[in-house]
Amino acid sequence: MSWADLNLMPAMPEIALLCAVSVILVLDLFLDDAKRSITYGLSLLTLAGCAALTLSTLNPYPELTFSGMFIADPMAGVIKLAMYAAVAVTLIYSRQYALDRGFFRGEFFTLTLFSLLGMMVMVSAHHLLTLYMGLELLSLALYALVALQRDSARGTEAAMKYFVLGALASGMLLYGMSMLYGATGSLDIAVIAKALAGGTANQTLALFGLVFIVAGLAFKLGAVPFHMWVPDVYHGAPTAITLLIGGAPKLAAFVFVVRILMQGLEPLMMHWQGMLVILAVLSMALGNLTAIAQTNLKRMFAYSTISHMGFLLLGILVGTPEGLSAAMFYAIIYVLMSLVGFGILVALSRAGYECETLDDIKGLNKHNSWLAFMMLLAMFSMAGIPPLAGFYAKFAILKAVVDVGLVWLAIIAVVFSLIGAFYYLRVVKTMYFDDAGEVPPQANGTYWVLSANALALLALGVFPDKLLAICIEAMKQSFQTL
Amino acid sequence: MVENLLSLAIWTPIVAGLLVLATGGDKNAGLARIVALVGALAAFLVTVPLFTDFKSLHGGMQFTEFAPWIASLNINYHLGVDGISMLFVVLNSFTTLMVILAGWQVIQTRVAQYMAAFLIMSGLINGAFAALDAVLFYVFFEAMLIPMYLIIGVWGGPRRVYASIKFFLYTLLGSLLMLVAFVYLYFHADKSFEILKFQTLVLPLSVQMLLFFAFFMSFAVKVPMWPVHTWLPDAHVEAPTGGSMVLAAITLKIGAYGFLRFALPILPDASRELAPLMIALSLVAVVYIGLVALVQTDMKKLVAYSSISHMGFVTLGMFMFAGDSLNQWAIEGALVQMVSHGFVSAGMFFCIGVMYDRVHSRNIADYGGVANKMPIFAAFFMLFAMANSGLPATSGFVGEFMVIMGAVQVNFWFAFAAATTLIFGAAYTLWMYKRVVFGDVGNHHVEEMQDVNKREFLVLAVLGVAVLGMGLVPDLFASKMHLSVNDLIAHVAHSKLK
Repeated sequence: MSWADLNLMPAMPEIALLCAVSVILVLDLFLDDAKRSITYGLSLLTLAGCAALTLSTLNPYPELTFSGMFIADPMAGVIKLAMYAAVAVTLIYSRQYALDRGFFRGEFFTLTLFSLLGMMVMVSAHHLLTLYMGLELLSLALYALVALQRDSARGTEAAMKYFVLGALASGMLLYGMSMLYGATGSLDIAVIAKALAGGTANQTLALFGLVFIVAGLAFKLGAVPFHMWVPDVYHGAPTAITLLIGGAPKLAAFVFVVRILMQGLEPLMMHWQGMLVILAVLSMALGNLTAIAQTNLKRMFAYSTISHMGFLLLGILVGTPEGLSAAMFYAIIYVLMSLVGFGILVALSRAGYECETLDDIKGLNKHNSWLAFMMLLAMFSMAGIPPLAGFYAKFAILKAVVDVGLVWLAIIAVVFSLIGAFYYLRVVKTMYFDDAGEVPPQANGTYWVLSANALALLALGVFPDKLLAICIEAMKQSFQTL
Repeated sequence: MVENLLSLAIWTPIVAGLLVLATGGDKNAGLARIVALVGALAAFLVTVPLFTDFKSLHGGMQFTEFAPWIASLNINYHLGVDGISMLFVVLNSFTTLMVILAGWQVIQTRVAQYMAAFLIMSGLINGAFAALDAVLFYVFFEAMLIPMYLIIGVWGGPRRVYASIKFFLYTLLGSLLMLVAFVYLYFHADKSFEILKFQTLVLPLSVQMLLFFAFFMSFAVKVPMWPVHTWLPDAHVEAPTGGSMVLAAITLKIGAYGFLRFALPILPDASRELAPLMIALSLVAVVYIGLVALVQTDMKKLVAYSSISHMGFVTLGMFMFAGDSLNQWAIEGALVQMVSHGFVSAGMFFCIGVMYDRVHSRNIADYGGVANKMPIFAAFFMLFAMANSGLPATSGFVGEFMVIMGAVQVNFWFAFAAATTLIFGAAYTLWMYKRVVFGDVGNHHVEEMQDVNKREFLVLAVLGVAVLGMGLVPDLFASKMHLSVNDLIAHVAHSKLK
């Protein structure tokens, strides 16, 4: 294949992002601390540019390039747009926080953007190697970000844990991929699917590979029993970085799972379905039950994430287009909610003061009823109470689950949602019913974007149709020819 | 005639609530009160045409509205009321107006949030009564938990946190199972969430039983039926006066309404099979909870238990099957009882609130001889107490009489057990009244009590007129529901097994 045949258009956003990050990296070397706003602004501008590029290259059909190693389909397009928004919002929320803690620097911007690049490659990978490359780029950037506050022992410990366990999971994933290669003779997702469906593959080897791959995926999603890193990393990382980890990477992980399991290993569905049921139920159970015992909000959100990932897996495991689009909707809504939750913690933290326990938000309603109200929206949305967006996310998944006849699974899911409602209610209780502690919580900076983000939960709760239709359409188009 | 009356009934209070919130902190409390009152009045006035223009001779749903809402899930904004739900929309808007007046001076902290919570909740409740789409119903049904949770938790009594969380989780448990039931029905109704379509489904008995259980969990908790009633005394006691009024007058009715709108017409065979169980639970509520009420020392708790007992009457009336069909007396009696209890319990809770504002105690023992200091108040309190014990010529009598009439036709002993409530009801209500109002002035707190002011008088008078009016001319309400009840009975008599 010559250079002239190479169609670079589908990968344009990634290429543009890479160039822009390199420019920011170099430019930042010539700026002193007072002028970091330039690179900060450039980072946001880059995200806007990427969004424009993705929008302009968005086709209603899948498009392959780089000899089938890279794919641009509507699923990837929509998810990428959501990721740009999530990362941009993260940067905006963290500005003051990072300034106060001295990491408002080039490393923060470039590592964040590199992690975004990794996610984008993951989302668009159509080959196990590309997938792995994207995953590692994301993970390495995140390891460094968690340890960004060099003098924080907690952050360093979290980064070490994250790194060691992450490397282990990557190893499992690679091992599984190598077995799949042995079974099917290819790393190309489409070829693997064809070989498995055609019966030419070594079934035993492929199943062994599947087990390792599901374990690796479960680790990246943070599903029980591969969840151990989640609370420690969420808790140990600076809140601004937790905000990043809890946002866009979840979207990437979702597509990652869909690409491998639905597009590559669909012929083995009856095998991975059972595994996902166990992962989903355990995640919902352990996540929700353990979250009740947490007094640290970051840890509580970490366990709540685990339970949300369990719910998300329900949508994937039904394996129908309805289920997948419901899961996609869920992932996007989850990221919106998580951004509000951590965004408020970031907004309430000041120099030398971290807002992270239940006590820190005591009586918030008295001092800042608007922030308290936004947190209330996020909490009720996570609990799945209408008319907030989280309800439709859960509802769409329940509907898909009942549709394939798994009513018992739906009942388990709602029972654990009920248990989960308790700790979300407790947050609302602490803000509204309790009297403030000695130090009344004060917000730093302005929070227009945060308000828009929180109100989006309400707006999407009253009018969820548009986003839901986009998810359904994107899934339909992405799966049409494959 | 205005189109979209139901939408107006739903959205007027919600928009008014948001406006109230926009008035800001407590320095603008006066403005917040006025905006809230205007909003509540407007919200009540838009529901009046629902009552006056309702065509009692037309079957089916009236004032219907339809618009696609979430097209991808086939969920529609479909509203409409029949002779049953229309009454509750009006009752609810009326009660909200009373509640705003009741909290006028009493609430001094976070006034705007208080008023807004009630207005928004009022809109959501109207939505639940008017919804003809199951998911739309669910959205309104659940959303009203949020303002109620805040009302109890922020403005409630000492154990408010416990009460509010208990209230929320109890009701959420039931409704989540109902949601699964809705989704199940959706796939059987050709992917539609239309409640009216659910009602035509043919379902095997085993499925009906399971679905009935799901609905039962949801609605029985809301009613509340024995033995899932325990959240109610806690919630009532800790809620502010307005919260108790809305809880008793309206939200309990949503549970009973749910049985009428979902359980009976969608699952007639399961309802018939399980009627003995429902009747047994209702009779336990009527008799046992009546006895429990007798020994309460806290006035609010006493009225709360009396509410459970009266709601037992309602569920009793709803499940009076004679052979295949429901008894018309009983079911209309249940409905009249629901409306009447809305007025009476609101009045009772308001009276207790008036005394609490003066003495800051709900203990019966802390009172005595109130009549000496507050004669006007004592007269009104007497009226509501009489209505609560079912005295003829008050609204309380009509419903109970009709249910007992219906029960006699079905089974004498049901009627006999139910009729004991007239005795217990009179016993606990009047005994409390005697200890609180009559006798010598009990202590210096009572000595200092002032009689009702103009605002309190207005609320008492309006509620009093409603109680007497309904007792003297029950047909004013009953005539609106005849046809809808007959339709329901005819529908339920038709087995869905084949």
